[in-house]
Amino acid sequence: MNRAWGLLKRRLIGSIPVLLIVVVGSFLLLEAAPGDAVDAYVASVGGDAGMIEALRTSWGLDASPMTRLAAYLWALLHLDLGHSVAFSRPVLDVVLERLPNTLLLMGAATALSFALGTTLGILAGARPGSARDRLLSIGSLALYAVPGFWLALVLTIVFSVELRWLPLSGMETIASGKTGIARMLDIARHMVLPVTSLGLIYLALYLRMMRAGMAEVWRMDFTLAARARGIPRRRIVLAHVARNALLPLVTMLSLQSAQMLGGSVVIESVFSVPGLGRLAQEAVGSRDTPLLIGIILVSAFLVIVINLLVDIAYAVLDPRVGASEVKA
Amino acid sequence: MAGFEISRRKVLAGSAFLLASTALPSIGWSQARKGGRLVVAADSEPRNLNPAIVASNGVFFVSSKVVEPLAEASFDGEDGLEPRLATSWEGSADGLSVTFKLREGVTWHDGQPFSSADVAFSALNVWKPLQNLGRVVFKNLEAVETPDAKTAVFKFSKPTPLQLIKNALPALTSVVPKHVYDGKDIAENPANNAPIGTGPFKFAEHKAGEYYRLERYDKYWGEGEPQLDEIIYRVLPDRAAAAGALEAEEIQLAAFSAVPLADLERISKVPGIKVITEGYEALTYQLVVEINHRRKELADLKVRQAIAHAIDKDFVVKTIFLGYAKPATGIVPQNDKQFYTPDVATYGFDVAKANALLDEAGYPKKDDGKRFALKLLPAPYFNETRQFGDYLRQALAAVGIDAEIVNNDSAAHQKAVYTEHAFDIAIAPPVFRGDPAISTTILVQSGIPDGVPFSNQGGYKNDELDALIAKAAETLDPAARIELYKQFQKKVAADLPLINVAEWGFITVARDTVKNVSNNPRWAVSNWADTYVET
Repeated sequence: MNRAWGLLKRRLIGSIPVLLIVVVGSFLLLEAAPGDAVDAYVASVGGDAGMIEALRTSWGLDASPMTRLAAYLWALLHLDLGHSVAFSRPVLDVVLERLPNTLLLMGAATALSFALGTTLGILAGARPGSARDRLLSIGSLALYAVPGFWLALVLTIVFSVELRWLPLSGMETIASGKTGIARMLDIARHMVLPVTSLGLIYLALYLRMMRAGMAEVWRMDFTLAARARGIPRRRIVLAHVARNALLPLVTMLSLQSAQMLGGSVVIESVFSVPGLGRLAQEAVGSRDTPLLIGIILVSAFLVIVINLLVDIAYAVLDPRVGASEVKA
Repeated sequence: MAGFEISRRKVLAGSAFLLASTALPSIGWSQARKGGRLVVAADSEPRNLNPAIVASNGVFFVSSKVVEPLAEASFDGEDGLEPRLATSWEGSADGLSVTFKLREGVTWHDGQPFSSADVAFSALNVWKPLQNLGRVVFKNLEAVETPDAKTAVFKFSKPTPLQLIKNALPALTSVVPKHVYDGKDIAENPANNAPIGTGPFKFAEHKAGEYYRLERYDKYWGEGEPQLDEIIYRVLPDRAAAAGALEAEEIQLAAFSAVPLADLERISKVPGIKVITEGYEALTYQLVVEINHRRKELADLKVRQAIAHAIDKDFVVKTIFLGYAKPATGIVPQNDKQFYTPDVATYGFDVAKANALLDEAGYPKKDDGKRFALKLLPAPYFNETRQFGDYLRQALAAVGIDAEIVNNDSAAHQKAVYTEHAFDIAIAPPVFRGDPAISTTILVQSGIPDGVPFSNQGGYKNDELDALIAKAAETLDPAARIELYKQFQKKVAADLPLINVAEWGFITVARDTVKNVSNNPRWAVSNWADTYVET
C-alpha cells in the first residue's frame, strides 16, 4: 500500500507540467470563445447597461485575461478551485456533487462492456472464422455503429414508455424518502437503461480486441505446442490463448476509462443524469471558466489514479511488467 | 393521518356519481381536490431564483409559486389584473404617487408578518436598483412611504403613468422579505436560491441537476388554497425527454413548449394527454428580424421594405411554427387588448415587388443573380429562431440577396449582435410584457448603451420615434397614452427599423388529471394555488 501511495505521489508530481498546460490551454480557449459569462447570463435574463457592468465587476470579469489567469493559478496553488459564476457556488462543491453519479454510471458501463465484451470475445476467438465468431463480430460492430442517443431513446420507448418496466430518467425516485438498501435498489433500477445504452456501445471495442488478440495467439508456437501436448481445448482457450490476449484489453480499459470520466453528454442528457459530462457542457455554454477547469482537473486526477491501478493490474497479470518502476 | 385522507378521498370519489345529481356541497369538492403531488418538467436551473431580482420566465416558472407579486394577470379582472399582495391601487392626479392597499393576514413562510415595510424595501432596494426590468420602469421611483402596515405609497420624481405601473405589476413586483435581506448583500443572499415568500408553496429543496421541490404552505392567505400538497420540477434537459416522461406518467405537465412542436400531433392522440395553447397570452414572444442600419444598403428604407415583402409570413407560421403562431402586423402583438392597432402599413408576400424595390434602390442583380451579401445571425434560443434563419436565407436568395448564416451559442450571439454589432441582420425573439414601455420601445429607441440585450443595437435613430416614446413615458391619461402608442406602431411599421414576422405563445402539454390549468394569461408563471391533480 505504501509503495502504491509513493507511486501515486510520484505520478501526481510528474503530471504537474501536463496539468498546467491543460489549465492554461482551457483558460485561453474559453477566453478566445466569443462572449463571456455575463454575456451568457444576460442572454437568458436580459438587463440594462448598468446591471451588466455591475455583474462584470462582481464576477471579477472586468480585469484583463492575464490578470485573471494569474489570480486563478495563484488560488490553484493553494488548492482553491475557485467560484463557479454560473452556479454561484464553490467549484469543488459543484463538481463533487456530480462526480459520484458519473463514477457510478461510467464505472458500471465500463464494467458491463468489459465483462460482456471480453466474454463474448473469448467465445468468438475460441474458434476464429466460425459461424459464431462471424455472428458476434457483425452484431457487435452493428451496435458500435449505432448512435448512442438513438439506442438510448429506443430503449426508453420500449422499456419505460411501452412496457413501463423501468424508470425513464433520473438518478432515483424523487423525494421517495428511501434509505439504505431500498435506496440502492432504487438507484440501480434507474441505472439499468443508461448503463446498458453506454455499455452496449463500447462492448464492440473489447470484443473485437479480444477476438483479434486471440486469433494472433492461436498462431503462436506455444499454442501449437500446447495442442500437441494434448491439453484439452477448453483449457488452451482460457489459460493460454485468452490470458495472453488479455493484456492489450487492460491497456484499452485504462484509455477508455479516461474517456468515460469526461462523462457522456448525450446519455446524461437523455436520461437526465446529473453528471460531469452535462456539467462540462453547461460550463462551456455559460463560459464558466473556473468550473470547466475544475472539472478537467478533477477528471485528470482520477485518470492518474486509474492508470496507476491499471499498472498494478499489469504487474499482477504479467510479472514482467512494471516491476522496475515499483522498485525504483 | 395520510391513510385516513386517502380513504376519505376514495370514499368521496366512490360516491361522486351518487352526489353528482344532487346539489353537491362546495366544501365536499374542495376537500376531494385537496392534496396530491404535481410533477412538471423543467428544462433549466436558474442561477438565481429570486424573481424580484431576475424577472424572467425561467425564474418565475419555479419561484412564482413561492414569491408573490402585488397583482397577477387575469382574463376577466379589472384592468386585466387580479389582486395578490395588494388589494387596490390608486394613482394621484399629478402622476407623482401611487397608493397601494395591502392584503391583511399575510405571513412569510418563516412566520413573520408581511407588511408595507417589505414592499418599500423590495421596491427601493431590489426592483429599482437590481432588477433587469425594474431598473427601467421604476427608475423615477424616489421613495415609498408607509403610513401604516398595510399601505404603501410610491413617490416618483417625474410623472409616471399609472397604466404602466398597473401593466408592470404581474412581472415586476415580486415582494421579498425585508427581514431576510436587509443589511446584507442582496445579490449574494442565500435566500436567492431558497426563496422565502408569501406564496401558496414553500421552497423545500433543490437537488442540482435533478429536481426542485415545493411544499404546500398551510398558512397561505387564500382560502382553501393551495390545493396541491407538493410541486416537483424535474430537470429534463433533453427535449425528447419531456414527451416520453408524460407518456410514461413520470411527469404530469410540461409547460413552455418543453414538448417540441413536431411531437404535438402525435402526443395529442395519446389517451389521457391534452395539448393546451392558452395561458401564455401575457407572455407573447415575437419573431423579429433585427437590422443593422450601419450597413449602407440596409439604411435605405426601400431595401428594408423589399426584405419585408420577401418574407412569406403565412409560410413561416405554417411550416416553422406548425400553425402554433400568428403572422405579425407590427411591433405590438395582436393579442394585446390595450395597445394593438391593425391600422399600420403592411407588407404582403410579393417577390416581384421586392425585386422592383431593390432595383429602384439602386442595387441591380449582377451577372451571378446576386445584388449584395449580408451576414445573418439567428438567435440560438429557440428551434424556431434557428429554423427561421434557414428560411430567411432562402427567401432573401429569391430576391437576389446573398445571406450568409453565422451560427453562435448564446454567449457568442449576445456579444456579436448586442455588443460588437457584428451583424447585418439578426433574428431575435423579444417578449411583449403587457406594456410597450417595459421591453418593447427599447427595440427601436436610440441612445441605448452597447451590450444591452433585446434592444436597438442596429444604430437606428429616428427623432420622431424617440420623441413619441419619451412623450408616452410621461403621459398620464390612459387614452392619450394608448393613442401615442398607436402612432408609435404606425411609425415603426412605416419606417421598418425592424421587421416583425410572427408572434407566438407557448404550448402546455398535461395529463387530463391536472385541473385548473391555463386559467390566466400568465399561467405557467403564476402561483398555481387552485391547480390540483384528480385522483
